[in-house]
Amino acid sequence: MAGAANDRPALRGLAALILRRVASSVLTLFMVSAVIFTISGLLPGDAAQEVLGQSATPEQVAALRHEMGLDQSALVRYFAWLRAIVSGDLGMSYVANMPVREIIADRLPNTLTLAGITALFSVILALAIGISSAIYRGSRLDRTLNVLTLSLVATPEFLIATLGVLLFSVKLLWLPSISLVTAGSSWGGTLRSLALPILSLTFVVVAQMARMTRAAVADQLDRPYVEMALLKGVPFPRIVLFHVMPNAIGPIINAMALSLSYLFGGALVVETIFNYPGLASLMVNAVTSRDMPLLQSCAMLFCGAYLAMMLVADVIAILANPRLRA
Amino acid sequence: MPACIGWIVTAQAQHFSRRGVIGAGLAGTGLLALGGWASQSGAEIPKRGGIIRVATHSASTSDTLDPGKGGTALDYIRHFMLYSGLTCVEDSKLTPQLSLARALDTDDLINWHIDLQRGVRFHDGSELTAADVVHSLLRHKDPAIGSKMLTLAAQFAEVRSDGRYGVTLKLSGANADLPNLLAMSHMLIVKAGQARPDGTGTGPFRLEEFKPGVHTLLARNADYWIPGRPNLDRIELIAIPDEVSRVNALLSGDVQVINAVSPRSVRRIESDPNYAAMVTPSSLYTNVIMRQNMLPTNNPDFVEAVKLMIDRPLINRAVFRDFATIANDHPIAPFQPYFNSDLPQTMLDTDKARWHVKRSGLVGIRLPLYCSTAAEGSVDMASILQEYGSQVGLSFAVNRMPSDGYYSTHWMRHPMTFGNTNPRPTADLLFSLFFQSTASWNESGWRDERFDQLLVQARGIGDQALRSELYGEMQKIVRDRCGVAIPVFISLIDGYDRRLKGLQPIPLGAFMGYRFGEYVWWDT
Repeated sequence: MAGAANDRPALRGLAALILRRVASSVLTLFMVSAVIFTISGLLPGDAAQEVLGQSATPEQVAALRHEMGLDQSALVRYFAWLRAIVSGDLGMSYVANMPVREIIADRLPNTLTLAGITALFSVILALAIGISSAIYRGSRLDRTLNVLTLSLVATPEFLIATLGVLLFSVKLLWLPSISLVTAGSSWGGTLRSLALPILSLTFVVVAQMARMTRAAVADQLDRPYVEMALLKGVPFPRIVLFHVMPNAIGPIINAMALSLSYLFGGALVVETIFNYPGLASLMVNAVTSRDMPLLQSCAMLFCGAYLAMMLVADVIAILANPRLRA
Repeated sequence: MPACIGWIVTAQAQHFSRRGVIGAGLAGTGLLALGGWASQSGAEIPKRGGIIRVATHSASTSDTLDPGKGGTALDYIRHFMLYSGLTCVEDSKLTPQLSLARALDTDDLINWHIDLQRGVRFHDGSELTAADVVHSLLRHKDPAIGSKMLTLAAQFAEVRSDGRYGVTLKLSGANADLPNLLAMSHMLIVKAGQARPDGTGTGPFRLEEFKPGVHTLLARNADYWIPGRPNLDRIELIAIPDEVSRVNALLSGDVQVINAVSPRSVRRIESDPNYAAMVTPSSLYTNVIMRQNMLPTNNPDFVEAVKLMIDRPLINRAVFRDFATIANDHPIAPFQPYFNSDLPQTMLDTDKARWHVKRSGLVGIRLPLYCSTAAEGSVDMASILQEYGSQVGLSFAVNRMPSDGYYSTHWMRHPMTFGNTNPRPTADLLFSLFFQSTASWNESGWRDERFDQLLVQARGIGDQALRSELYGEMQKIVRDRCGVAIPVFISLIDGYDRRLKGLQPIPLGAFMGYRFGEYVWWDT
């Protein structure tokens, strides 16, 4: 390990890197917001029409448009929204007549719970699968795991989720078919109601992480230093955990960050099938109801989470690998 | 499907024939209905208690506690549980009965007097008075509220309280359908002074928790003004938009009632002895629109040919698995009041259709046909039309459009599109909204002076026999000359746990016309 004298410039370099990345993230967020605003503006109809539905008269639509401020030009609306969000105000939802902050605050814990638990399970599982199949490369175990993970990654999640429901909910009556989140339910209750969504999501994300882990670990295992360590009599588990993993962690953590950011915003299919009140369905809802403030906030949140996740992955990769710190 | 789902044409019962008797007749049947329902439901005596969870097909952040803004099945159910109306529809005869109004009198169908029930209390303990009714009816006229009833409420020329329990209502023109309009969920009575109703009503359930797009929790109102109702202790309302998930949730016991069951899932539900499907005939329809102000669909021979080449039994069987009612190119369904049973049924006749196509000079012309999943069943219907079209010399190009935004960008904007019309509470409303020449949704853009005259005339007639005659003629005119073809009326299918008793189809919509909460009970 590097000495204390060497650490300081490395940390300084890291701080600079984080600063640079945060700055570019802000720029990215700004561009994403502009793109989303433009594209959603191209969608037919607006929030006023969607709220009033098929039975609205033109006068009603005009009145509601005025109330929502939709009669102003797109640029005026965009910069008004931008000014508000910079000062920390997410705005009012057109459709629900509630502050966007409240709506998101209602759903965010659900998404975080689901994503968190799934991440915990899938990361452990992926590491176990990846490392063991790298160690026993070419063996029957490796081939079985390969076939398994590859078929899982190829199976659409709605199929896995639906089969899970048919088996565990409809036939066996073990688990609920929908995830009802009720305040004050016990941890056991929450886990039970989340079991099927977690299962489906784990299947989706675990395959990619496991494949990446296997590739990275296998690559390192072929290196001469592993053979050297073996010859020196270092126990094999120790070699894998303390010699191979720090070197392999870069690509692994990267794949994990990608998979986990998917859990945050991309769980739409699972949220739909299990009727889980998370952020992804909220955003789809915002699109169909043309609820621009809500849509923008969701997009910022997903984009921000993705960028943060990638940054964390890079920082971990740098910290874990002394060569990258130089 | 467009946002507003679920009212069906109803009309006053045939026996309110003389004008002066409308009030008395309503009062009589109203009282009978209050006492009569329990005995109707058969030998079993309803039990008190029980908790059920209900899943509908859509919920969003636009879910509302404001009856005027209701737009989905979930909204209607919630509103009927929280609030009561001046009138209500309690059975499949679709006759409006008295509810919060204990009498509704008129001599000329213009000036109406409402006498309210005494001692009815809101959930917060305050008494229902004329002021609440005046507020509830007049608030629809304020465009800022965003009520779906803005246009309909324009006919409330004057609404005034007359004493503590009396309300006088003056319409801008005679309307015999007022009792039907007052039974709509949008017209439910909210508390005076509330610009945005918060769930405080006089209905059978109290609001415990309301999270738009997530769920609604309701608890039994022990002080409900109709004794002996409701039976259930609690109801939770949620939505499961995915049909397969909704059926799975029912079969796994996570919910006890669902709506919008696909015809394909009925067998799956019925194969389990613990669950059943309830089919409610409805006047919901998906129609072919041939614009009369565009080429080439304005050719009467073309329109006739299209009506003749629709294989209605095939559409019923293949698209809706026989969960539909054959229609005759006009919007009144056979089980509805004023249905004209004398009209001959248009049937598939490719020879005649071919003759009409030849006469129209449109043989071989390529015509785009716009369909979308937004209009239920239209994609399949378009394929069937294309197939039969090729047999009679027409070449349709089926253009399948995304459902999002279909109604604002395609519906009625091309020579041939599909529309989807939800049931409306009266024949008058349906004709006025979709067939009157000046209506903004005159789907086919047709114009028939006789039809327009009859429409206004029928509205002001209390005599049911005469009204029936006028509506009958209007159906004939639409069938013969209007540029819409209506192949079938689509039935609504609910699924439920057999332990839930007291459910019966009321063709106003799914879930007993959205009012099941008040009547059903749980058999443990």
